[in-house]
Amino acid sequence: MGTNRRNFLKLLGTAGFTMAVGKSFGALAKKKSPVEFYGILYDSTLCIGCQACEYACAEEYGLQEPQDEPQIGVVRKTDETRRLVINSYDTSKGEQYIRVACNHCNQPACASACLTKAMLKTEEGPVIWREDKCMGCRYCMISCPFDIPKFEYHSANPKIQKCRMCYERIQDGKIPACVETCSEGALIFGKRSELLEIAKQRIYAEPEKYNHEIYGETEAGGTSVLYLASVPFHELGFNTKIQKTSYPELTKGFLYSVPAIFVLWPALLLGLRQATKDNHIKEIENE
Amino acid sequence: MSNTDITLARDNYGSSIWSFLIKEFKPKNKFFTPFNIISIPIMLLGLGIIVIRFWKGIGSVTNLTQEVPWGLWIGFDVVTGVAFAGGAYVITFMVYILNMRNFRSIVRVTVLNGFLAYIFYAGALLLDLGRPWNVINPIIGNGFGTSSVLFLVAWHFLLYILAMLIEFSPVVAEWLGARRARFILSGMTVGAVIFGITLSTLHQSGLGALYLMAKDKIHPLWYSEFIPILFFVSSIFAGLSMVIFEGSISNKVFFRQIDKKNHTQHNTIIHSLSKICAGAMFAYLFLQVLVFVHGKHWDLLNSPMGFWYLTEMIGFVLVPMVLFFLSYRNTNILMIKVAAIITMLGIIINRLNISVIGFKWDAASHYVPSWMEIVVTLAVIFTEIWIFRWIINRMPVLRASPSWVKDKIPDQQ
Ligand code: SF4
Ligand code: SF4
Repeated sequence: MGTNRRNFLKLLGTAGFTMAVGKSFGALAKKKSPVEFYGILYDSTLCIGCQACEYACAEEYGLQEPQDEPQIGVVRKTDETRRLVINSYDTSKGEQYIRVACNHCNQPACASACLTKAMLKTEEGPVIWREDKCMGCRYCMISCPFDIPKFEYHSANPKIQKCRMCYERIQDGKIPACVETCSEGALIFGKRSELLEIAKQRIYAEPEKYNHEIYGETEAGGTSVLYLASVPFHELGFNTKIQKTSYPELTKGFLYSVPAIFVLWPALLLGLRQATKDNHIKEIENE
Repeated sequence: MSNTDITLARDNYGSSIWSFLIKEFKPKNKFFTPFNIISIPIMLLGLGIIVIRFWKGIGSVTNLTQEVPWGLWIGFDVVTGVAFAGGAYVITFMVYILNMRNFRSIVRVTVLNGFLAYIFYAGALLLDLGRPWNVINPIIGNGFGTSSVLFLVAWHFLLYILAMLIEFSPVVAEWLGARRARFILSGMTVGAVIFGITLSTLHQSGLGALYLMAKDKIHPLWYSEFIPILFFVSSIFAGLSMVIFEGSISNKVFFRQIDKKNHTQHNTIIHSLSKICAGAMFAYLFLQVLVFVHGKHWDLLNSPMGFWYLTEMIGFVLVPMVLFFLSYRNTNILMIKVAAIITMLGIIINRLNISVIGFKWDAASHYVPSWMEIVVTLAVIFTEIWIFRWIINRMPVLRASPSWVKDKIPDQQ
């Protein structure tokens, strides 16, 4: 029965592709079916900071090999030459590593900001950038609360560089390069809901070892990349004050008012124009 | 070329339209004026920098960083420039919608100003786009990012430029002596005005809405969910201050163009505009206070950014508002002009506080525009003034329409 319903909604969605009205039905249908995004779970307690993932990522995308190593006191940032970095922090539990890359938000600010849909949240979960659409306005960079998209400022044909969760590999049935290469099991790839379960089980099983929160469970409305660590996340350089609702939500109010104004304003203006038609006579007398 | 074209042009000048145009393209005034001597080298330098920018990438001429991806070209040229161009929708609103006819003599010049501002400042956007060849994508549908505020703003820029072109087109027709065209085009004015005001409301506020998602990046004294409304309200007095400022300069520089009646009327117009400015600024200040109280940021006031915020609100909003008000009561034209200049500085400060100064205010390294960004900005402004002057000297913008035009401002058909 459940599948029947889903099929029906899917049909509606497909039909909607041809009609503007139907399109919003399609969106509704998508929301109703449980979202099964893929994600990555990173367990900082297992990470040994070997940078194997960094090397794998660089090789996969033809970027330069890492030029430096994680070091306490140095915040390495992703940039146009690296999509993934491992950082090291001196925490209340000694030296700990943390991975920094795109979090593949469930409702990404970057994708909702993009005026060409070059930045896209795929149905599988990865947020990908598409070269043939992007106009290089960098509004995605303004909007991303994690400062992830990076821009090639020194190129005449600049690209946006950011992690794409190896979208093409996933489609080929493989797992992301960084996950595949990690020999410590600090990275796992899977359905987001399952990863959440695993993360919770780990916290229950070893409550002493873990800090009792999963970064990414609710941050920015939930992200497809989830993090476990032994210490509170602000000690690892993460922004813990980030809002728990999605960022695109912030522009909803404005965007929703647009059609209303488009209908109301012209009518109002015409009305005013009629109402004030004789005004000028009075005004001239006043002068 | 059709026969009618020839006759149309002959109406005016007794020569064919082509020789007329060639004649018009020749410079009409002295060439070595101080303005030309300053502006030409800067425009040439700017052009050179633009070549480098397209050849070596944006990073080779700007100081933009991965954390601050929008700098002077967006924060000043686009965000501030468009606020100043707001005069066009306010004045057309007063003249065509509220039928306040004593502002009619400045409609044309204000629309021209707005039109050029949009062409050039929105055009400056192209310089800032990393992949400008894809700029048509959101228009041709290679991705309609309908959830994007920038998508809305981009479309509105385009449509509004068209609307202003229609509003201004009767002037061009008068210049070319195209009577029929003028008749048809002026019939479209009111429609274009209504459409234009609607678009302006939305994209003036939309420019503010662009920054809504940068919640954690903008200093809390300037970030609030009300940015769009604040941007809209401030665009009213920003635009009018620009009208006052530009009008005072035009009145001196182009005095030969302006007929006597309008000359004397100009002070009356400035006088009534000051009242509107004072009112709009009062509403704006009131909103700002509400937003501030709502945000509960008392503690932030006692910090360098807090002082800067107070400077903006008191020195550049409250003070010019009081000046506008007082000079309206005492009919002090000079003080109105001073108030307009302070207001304009205040708008520049406000827009830059949101887009540049308060953006990532807590980051380790700050963005400061490079000299090349500044030169390009100046070059854009100077080019705009050149075109503005070229048009004013040729078309009946400030001067009266040719005698065959019966209604100076197309209206009431
Ligand atoms: S982390 Fe930033 S770049 Fe990645 S999906 Fe979220 S908003 Fe987009
Ligand atoms: S830079 Fe490209 S991907 Fe980012 S918002 Fe602009 S068009 Fe979209």
